[in-house]
Amino acid sequence: MCGIVGLFLKDKALEPRLGEMLTDMLVTMSDRGPDSAGIAVYSEDRDGFAKLTVQADDPGRFAGLDRELSERLGCDVTVRIKDTHAVIELPEGQIAEARAALKELRPDARVMSAGEVIEIYKEVGLPGEVAKRFDIPHLHGTHGIGHTRMATESAVTTLGAHPFSTGADQCLVHNGSLSNHNSLRRKLAREGVHVETENDTEVGAAYLTWKMQQGHSLGEALESGLKDLDGFYTFVVGTKDGFGVVRDPIACKPAVMAETDQYVAFGSEYRALVNLPGIETARVWEPEPATVYFWKH
Amino acid sequence: MQTFDLEARGLRALNESLQAQSQQTNETAWEVVNPRGSHAIAVGLDAPIEVTVNGSTGYYCAGMNKQASITVKGSAGPGVAENMMSGTVIVEGDASQYAGATGHGGLLVIRGNASSRCGISMKGIDIVVQGNVGHMSAFMAQKGNLVVCGDAGEALGDSIYEARLFVRGSVKSLGADCIEKEMRPEHLEILRDLLERSGVDAKPEEFRRYGSARKLYNFDIDNAY
Repeated sequence: MCGIVGLFLKDKALEPRLGEMLTDMLVTMSDRGPDSAGIAVYSEDRDGFAKLTVQADDPGRFAGLDRELSERLGCDVTVRIKDTHAVIELPEGQIAEARAALKELRPDARVMSAGEVIEIYKEVGLPGEVAKRFDIPHLHGTHGIGHTRMATESAVTTLGAHPFSTGADQCLVHNGSLSNHNSLRRKLAREGVHVETENDTEVGAAYLTWKMQQGHSLGEALESGLKDLDGFYTFVVGTKDGFGVVRDPIACKPAVMAETDQYVAFGSEYRALVNLPGIETARVWEPEPATVYFWKH
Repeated sequence: MQTFDLEARGLRALNESLQAQSQQTNETAWEVVNPRGSHAIAVGLDAPIEVTVNGSTGYYCAGMNKQASITVKGSAGPGVAENMMSGTVIVEGDASQYAGATGHGGLLVIRGNASSRCGISMKGIDIVVQGNVGHMSAFMAQKGNLVVCGDAGEALGDSIYEARLFVRGSVKSLGADCIEKEMRPEHLEILRDLLERSGVDAKPEEFRRYGSARKLYNFDIDNAY
């Protein structure tokens, strides 16, 4: 099954409540997939800064990382530790160097996301537990996506959990299964695009990133995905300032959307949306098959 | 009128209370408040009672219904009125995929749109949709009537047996072995009755009829491997 939730805020007044609202939505979807959960949050854009979210099974591995990275990169680096994840803030333009340095300094740490605003937190466990570990309800942001997983295509591990991020400030969550992910993985490898796991969704995310690297908008990348991705999928994707939804032409994986003046919301089921403000009068609809929906700030 | 707060008392208590009503019950009117998109609301009923659900529902609302009249004052999730035997189910909003699937009897009315696979494998149920239906509606439909006042999506009536399909708007495409058929006086009469019972203001003459070409399910050596 898997459960997806997404929230794209139009009303700035709701931004301090993004984490709280997303957590509530995701916890409601727990019984659609109890093995692992994750959330991507797009938070405030600090001019001139970028961030990496990294994961290590032993949070003790983050001790001293800020000092070591600062020395290696020759700039100020701050590290915010949250359970098994750490958000590394550093000057814009230092991301590639920081990733290379991390490989040497902490080879066991894994990069969950990179970009100017995105933070991704994901772990094995129920959504409620995962949200609590990372204090998700207190996160502020402009938009966010959550996923609770019932694994089918690859093992139940932290890296197999969603969201997947394969490009700066991009993320993807997926309900369904892709059937041509192995051939697509080989095709992407020939193009120089490498994925880290055996997971089908990561290939979908890498495909979209690859398309966008070629100059396509997210909407265009999703349109071409309808042709190139085979299998069942309801995708919800995030970019730095955008939020998109697409379902495969068969559309057997459920999806409900709601829109008001304050937000656009996505849920695998209507249950996920019932606590949103003004839901009683919101426009609620089921997204059409093979149709790209996209909102931008 | 019995009012049942689903959030306070829970789904199991609701369905037990509704399923416990006898043929002669005096408690014929029930209102369910705070449905909040819950699954399996008012399933397996078998008494002539009226149930109003005040809000939207999740999966499988009013499944396996016999005799009861169930109204959803909102939208319904996947599989509303699945395998209905008799009675009436009215959805005032939209219905998600496979509404009325495998239904043997009774009447399902959807005031908004129904999404994909509406009436899949229907076996005698009557379904009236005031809006549009999605792709693969009436797939392998065997018996009963599907009335669509709006448009139908791709592959309408794919691999259909003997159900009747009436569409007022456009049909994006017909599925395998589904063809347009002549609208005869007896069909106009069936349609008039269904529209009247559903409270839909539409003229039977505005509809077209579709059904089986009967080439797929009859043995034909050209269909064999």
